[in-house]
Amino acid sequence: MGILEVKGVGKRFGGLQALGDVNLSVQENSVHAIIGPNGAGKSTLLNCLVGKLIPDTGTVMFDGQSVLGRKPHEINQMGISRVFQTPEIFSDLTVLENVMIPCFARRDGSFRMHAIEQVAREGSIIEQAETMLADVNMLEKRDFHAGSLSRGDKRRLEMAMCLVQEPRLLLLDEPTAGMSRADTNNTIALLKEINEKRSITMAIIEHDMHVVFSLADRITVLAQGTPLVEDTPEKIKGHPKVREAYLGEAQH
Amino acid sequence: MLGLNRKDGVLFLIVVVMVIFAPFILNPFPSDSSLAQFNAGYPDLMQRFLIFGIFAVGFNILFGLTGYLSFGHAAFLGAGSYAGVWMFKLLGMNVLYAITASVLVAGLFALFIGFISLRRSGIYFSILTLAFAQMSYALAYSVLTPITNGETGLQLSQNDPRILEGASAADGSLPVPSLFGLETRATHTLDLGAWSFDFNAGYYICGVIMILAFYLSIRIFRSPFGMMLRAVKSNQQRMNYTGLNPRPYTLAAFVISGMFAGLAGGLMVSMDPLAGAERMLWTRSGEVVLMTILGGAGTLIGPVLGAGFIKYFENIFSRINDQVLHQWFAFLPDGFENAMVFLVHPFVGKGWHLTLGILFMLVVIFLPGGLVEGGQRIGRLFRRKKKTDQAAGTAQGQNTPAE
Ligand SMILES: Nc1ncnc2c1ncn2[C@@H]1O[C@H](COP(=O)(O)OP(=O)(O)O)[C@@H](O)[C@H]1O
Ligand SMILES: [Mg+2]
Repeated sequence: MGILEVKGVGKRFGGLQALGDVNLSVQENSVHAIIGPNGAGKSTLLNCLVGKLIPDTGTVMFDGQSVLGRKPHEINQMGISRVFQTPEIFSDLTVLENVMIPCFARRDGSFRMHAIEQVAREGSIIEQAETMLADVNMLEKRDFHAGSLSRGDKRRLEMAMCLVQEPRLLLLDEPTAGMSRADTNNTIALLKEINEKRSITMAIIEHDMHVVFSLADRITVLAQGTPLVEDTPEKIKGHPKVREAYLGEAQH
Repeated sequence: MLGLNRKDGVLFLIVVVMVIFAPFILNPFPSDSSLAQFNAGYPDLMQRFLIFGIFAVGFNILFGLTGYLSFGHAAFLGAGSYAGVWMFKLLGMNVLYAITASVLVAGLFALFIGFISLRRSGIYFSILTLAFAQMSYALAYSVLTPITNGETGLQLSQNDPRILEGASAADGSLPVPSLFGLETRATHTLDLGAWSFDFNAGYYICGVIMILAFYLSIRIFRSPFGMMLRAVKSNQQRMNYTGLNPRPYTLAAFVISGMFAGLAGGLMVSMDPLAGAERMLWTRSGEVVLMTILGGAGTLIGPVLGAGFIKYFENIFSRINDQVLHQWFAFLPDGFENAMVFLVHPFVGKGWHLTLGILFMLVVIFLPGGLVEGGQRIGRLFRRKKKTDQAAGTAQGQNTPAE
């Protein structure tokens, strides 16, 4: 039994069957990559896992509990964090505040009326956030407006916001999209370290084959809303069906 | 100091000092000079500065922090006013009875309206709050007449029970609101040479409460709760996926700002124990929006400045009539004098709305951060000058650090 079990999930948008019959099992402490051409339904699948979309059919179990019908903030409190395809951060807040908010969410739950306490006196939360920022090499930018960061930094910040929650499952939607080669390599190193040191299970959607093959323990290939094959990176590389459906296209 | 950081502490002290010395500060001109009409240091207006300051400070907690623009906050001002007058009628004339009831009633009312309106955001939220407020106004005028006394407005009468105070005055006069015997209308006038200053009990009662309200607002701004409210404004999606539920945060902010509005309503009737339905009219709701934006939404002091600015215009500019204008331009040859009066006339007296409207547009276009941004820009100009004077070649940061 994996920590995440997806069974028979389907999702329709009007006339379009975005997801057919998806079965997926993510093992604890592994890095599971989901690849597939544009429009294959990868983001849709992720949205079904975090409560943004409700699938028409099928079940999604996380750690033995059903995820379906729960609100996004409840699912997050269960231990699933998500990095978006375009970074979702609090642009009007400072970098440090961005990381403090998930710390509060973790300590106090989805709502707490702490209106008279002072942020400045929350020593342990500030420390926790600063340690996290140091881990992603962003401590010197702690007082910057998050909105003024470069694209790569925004991604790193979003990653830090997810990691500081110490989620049991981290979902990443194309985390290196729009990054330079150097930034991509840094991100790979960071993700590797996260997986090893913090033992956080990851499901990662990725377009960049270099990233996928250097990170993933298992790979699921999605095409037109259904999983084509699921196997180890070595097997996937040589798989004829995959070459035809995906790798061939990616080499254009 | 008081759990505030240095910057906030200084700001808070400035406000306290301003409130204490306002009777002097607002009356800079000798009482028989031609400029005396610009004096704003009379009790009625000074009370209004504070009461609307409280109203706007509360509104800013909702609008400034979460970005939810309510167009119906006058409903809470009105509800607070009615609740206050009812306390004067039923319990007694102590101001504390009135404002306690005002805050509670407005809070409950806000809980109800907020719970429904916050199901939507953006323009739909604004329209819902507007609809609720207009509905309240219409109800206060008609169906709810037993509670609101309809068109006449709710006022005190000889037959009110006032169970905590017993029989009313024997001479048939109506009792007046007071704080443990100190009547809110009590005024001491101090004559210093050509100047005259009024010290009014009601003003100082409002002053103490306004200072408390302002302090509370600073604490909320600097609290984890305040940070969550800013997060709501910035990115609700990210909030959801960070395990936070935005709804109770926005609802709490809505109720708190409704309670501030109720407090303002309670103080209004404590100064003048009369409550009418027009206090709930949408123009009142719009006024507090203007005050907050004009002063600087999301800043601590902005709403107070905005409230003062608009109330000053409403009361001072509106009194400048043609006669006054002729006095001003009397030094010009007759033809020029008449021409100038003709040109200025539309902008003063009954035309004060026009001037205020133009100023509002200028502020929104050139100073999106309101009067506070204007102040900051001037401050920065001075600081930059100083800096360049001291060391011409100091390196600037590559990126904009947050304030
Ligand atoms: N909210 C939506 N409404 C309608 N169609 C959608 C929606 N989201 C995705 N789709 C469609 O579903 C298909 C799969 O999209 P997506 O999951 O974003 O693909 P991928 O992330 O693999 O590139 C696409 O054809 C897309 O146009
Ligand atoms: Mg996608």
